[in-house]
Amino acid sequence: MPVQAIAFYLLAFVTLASGLLVVSAKNPVHSVLFLITAFFSAAGLFVLLGAEFLAMLLIVVYVGAVAVLFLFVVMMLDIDFAALRQGFVNNLPIGGLVGLVLVGEMIAVVAAVSSNGAAAKQALPNASPGGVPNTEVIGRVLYTDYVFFFQLAGLVLLVAMIGAIVLTLRHKPGVKRQDIGKQVARTPKTGMELVQIKPGEGISE
Amino acid sequence: MIGLPHYLVVAAILFTIGVFGIFVNRKNIIVILMSVELILLAVNINLVAFSAFLHDVAGQIFAMFVLTVAAAEAAVGLAILVTFFRNRGDIAVDDASMMKG
Repeated sequence: MPVQAIAFYLLAFVTLASGLLVVSAKNPVHSVLFLITAFFSAAGLFVLLGAEFLAMLLIVVYVGAVAVLFLFVVMMLDIDFAALRQGFVNNLPIGGLVGLVLVGEMIAVVAAVSSNGAAAKQALPNASPGGVPNTEVIGRVLYTDYVFFFQLAGLVLLVAMIGAIVLTLRHKPGVKRQDIGKQVARTPKTGMELVQIKPGEGISE
Repeated sequence: MIGLPHYLVVAAILFTIGVFGIFVNRKNIIVILMSVELILLAVNINLVAFSAFLHDVAGQIFAMFVLTVAAAEAAVGLAILVTFFRNRGDIAVDDASMMKG
């Protein structure tokens, strides 16, 4: 068996096994760790396909950001996970049934497409067509043909960032904060008060 | 030889695992969000496999955009989850009725 096939089967098996463990692990922290494993081996599959840039992007974005975000939330929230697992067994038959139907349909489509479809007679992908690296190929089209979509993706991320901050920001009452507008608007009249004090009385208030 | 159908089958099974995870973990919204990430990963595998076998880089560009949206979705979803937890004290979503929806 060529080494590429061995690598494919290994990566595919690890991806699917850790994907299954993500949804069936008892502890959500373990789920997140299996999610990282799944993304990592999926990145390996991308490398096999010759999409090195996306593979590295998958590791940076998913393992570096999304999975750590999940881990952070799972560990930050104090949740009784045992109670949340009630109903797992009850939902198992319907979930399994839907899963079987879905996978059967999709594999049927795959079989039909591969026997007589768009990609029926394609050979193995050459990693870098014309000797141009994958990253350069992506860069060439991303900043020319797809530049508006690229900007739109940035906008999506900006909106998500602002949305997440707005949702989770909370001002505790009773905490004194700097109010620059108030400071700048301060004049000698508002900042200072002259009081006439009679001898022996002191200042009230 | 590893062809396009192999990758498509892997993506199909991964997609199914994601849907299955949503069904069996109906109470735990964290695992539901992780299942959605798995589904999007399956979609990405499909896009990249077709892109590689059809020698068209547009699929990889689209996979990048799916990646972007998935990251944004995870951030907003977890922010909503944190707000929900602050308001209710737990994250059991199957009986969530605060919005009277």
